[in-house]
Amino acid sequence: MRPQSKLALLIVLILTVGAAVLGERVVSREASPGRVTVVYWEKWTGQEGEEMRKVVDAFNRSQDRIFVKYLSISGVDQKTILASGGGNPPDVAGIWQEQVFQFADLGALTDLTAMANAAGLTRDYYIPAYYDALSEGETLWALPSTPASIGLHVRPDLVPSEVATPETFPETIEELDALNDRISKQNADGSLVMAGFLPSNPGWWHWGWGPLFGADLFKGGNPTLNGPETVRAFEWIARYSKKFGPQAVQNFQSGFGNFASPQDPFMTGKVATEINGVWKANYIRVYQPDLKWFAVPMPYPKDRPDLKGHSLLSQDVLVIPRGAKRAKEAFEFIAFVQRQDVMEGLCSAHGKNSPLNEVSEAFFENHPNKAIRLFDQLARSPNAIYPSRSGFFPRVSGELANAFQEVNTGLKTPKQALDDAQARIDGLWKTYREQVARS
Amino acid sequence: MNSRHEARIGILFALPWILGFVLLLAYPLVFSLVTSFTNFSVLREPKWIGLSNYQELMSDGVFLTALQNTLLYTIGAVPLGTVLAIALAMLLNAKVKGMAVYRTLLFLPTLVPMVAQATLFLWVFNGDYGLLNAALRGIGFSPPNWLGDPAWAKWTLILIAAWGCGQAMLIYLAGLQDVPANLYEAADLDGAKLWHKTRHITLPMISPVILFNVIMAIIGSIQVFAVPQVMFPGGAPARSTYMFAMYLYDNAFLYQRMGYASAMGWVMFLIILALTLAALRLSERHVHYETQ
Repeated sequence: MRPQSKLALLIVLILTVGAAVLGERVVSREASPGRVTVVYWEKWTGQEGEEMRKVVDAFNRSQDRIFVKYLSISGVDQKTILASGGGNPPDVAGIWQEQVFQFADLGALTDLTAMANAAGLTRDYYIPAYYDALSEGETLWALPSTPASIGLHVRPDLVPSEVATPETFPETIEELDALNDRISKQNADGSLVMAGFLPSNPGWWHWGWGPLFGADLFKGGNPTLNGPETVRAFEWIARYSKKFGPQAVQNFQSGFGNFASPQDPFMTGKVATEINGVWKANYIRVYQPDLKWFAVPMPYPKDRPDLKGHSLLSQDVLVIPRGAKRAKEAFEFIAFVQRQDVMEGLCSAHGKNSPLNEVSEAFFENHPNKAIRLFDQLARSPNAIYPSRSGFFPRVSGELANAFQEVNTGLKTPKQALDDAQARIDGLWKTYREQVARS
Repeated sequence: MNSRHEARIGILFALPWILGFVLLLAYPLVFSLVTSFTNFSVLREPKWIGLSNYQELMSDGVFLTALQNTLLYTIGAVPLGTVLAIALAMLLNAKVKGMAVYRTLLFLPTLVPMVAQATLFLWVFNGDYGLLNAALRGIGFSPPNWLGDPAWAKWTLILIAAWGCGQAMLIYLAGLQDVPANLYEAADLDGAKLWHKTRHITLPMISPVILFNVIMAIIGSIQVFAVPQVMFPGGAPARSTYMFAMYLYDNAFLYQRMGYASAMGWVMFLIILALTLAALRLSERHVHYETQ
């Protein structure tokens, strides 16, 4: 062999051995000698991510057996599924509540029931709706990190003085409609200047309109998108686009800034009321700290007083992916997050309500959201609803969002849009059930 | 050095490419073809279901909508991009002072990352405050809502596609500079006007380049993903901008239907293949090679 070839071979060998040694160090899961390392992937970035990091640091300081390695990553849901498929999932993943049953149907989650029961984390420890949203029968798939409830936010300076308090604000949908008709402003050419209420703003919970009118989206266990209550809800939505004109609504809304900016339509006064989550106060505090606002439960249909106190619930949750190498230690960390003091600290820092049944007075008093008691009550309301406990829910939600757009843009009548959505979902539901049964 | 030794050295040099091709291209290709005949959700063993995924595609209304949107986008974006790129290349082929600066300026948009481009255009096409509508109102038009109106959203994407014509423009420019000057001189002697020279000299001489760029544009248009995904999440409004690749992505990563998504991928490949063959066939009478 020539000297040049020998030199080249030597370089290749050194690089190969170096990559193997350094590569092992780079991908090693062991972050702290002498302690079991739990790998935790979380979707939060920015301030929310930093607050969770503080919880992780507190856990790591609280004992000397387990070290949680915290990684804030984007696309945590997809990456967790793919990593699980590859046999190297994180030990804890922070995902969204509406994905829990999708993951469960795929067989991607570890059953937490036994560990949670042993740790005293049973249904009565939580606000029931939050616990129920994560369990099916006797099986618990996830536990909350931070929850939220949703209410109607109101600008008192943009509504008549006689309804400008939480106590006097309209309680029924019909009263809200009348208020909207009274205070909305349009130019002579039809262009909108200010809307009292817009169902399409912010446009995040189109699956929730049917339940607002009493619909069950999984009636008898089957996805039901065109039930009479949902049709009624979409007729109510169509009323708004008809009143203002679909084109006027689209033009008006295209000028809305991002919700996490000073151009947010509620903050700029383009809308007088807006359905939004408990977190809305965080953004108001940052971008318009002097803004006057209050929150009330979303109004209910006049002929359905039994639906009073309606709210949509959502949660960020912690799961242990199937195949996690440190499931027992991972659950110790999850249990730490569920401690009342830890949970209240995290929820307060995120500007959210607590998912726990017992809430300290200090939590309410020191919370940055002045309406936190209302959001806590909404979470406890018998009419608080959460995304359906079905892995098929994302498809249902997607079809309802599409039907909403078809109605809001005047492309279809509510009945047409929902019947079409139902026809599509029927085919998909059949395939989905076959797939789940097959797997 | 004997020939076997030379062959060994050659293979050694080609080995990185061979390994890359086998591991990163050939294996995934074969795997996705097999997967397209299965029910596969990543976490469970694939189950063989024969042609079921392909049969379901034929009756899937959302798939057909996405396919229709993509074909309409292709029909709009490819000719527009081609005409614009050729026109710009011809302008940049002129002998004027400071041409290097013009060429750089016109190529610059190609370097803007797709996501940044999409975000930028969200503002340009904003129905209320957008630059475009402000300009249209300024000259007395009543402009549409480009982003919110289902009838206009697809046109917005087609117009945006023209923004990325810089790459093709550069290739056309290279082609134009290869056109022999004596052809133009002869035409000048015959008293040919600009249009005649363009029609009878320029376009025939760069026709192989046009064919290449059109085929590349068809492939790119059928696969369009990043800009609509950022500008119109979920294909809003009312799935009017829901593209083939977006539905494929949603099936693979949102609904975990890897088998179905793989079948879509192969249907996409067949569509691209058919369109490419059609373009080659149509070009037979119109493309002129110097060797012919």
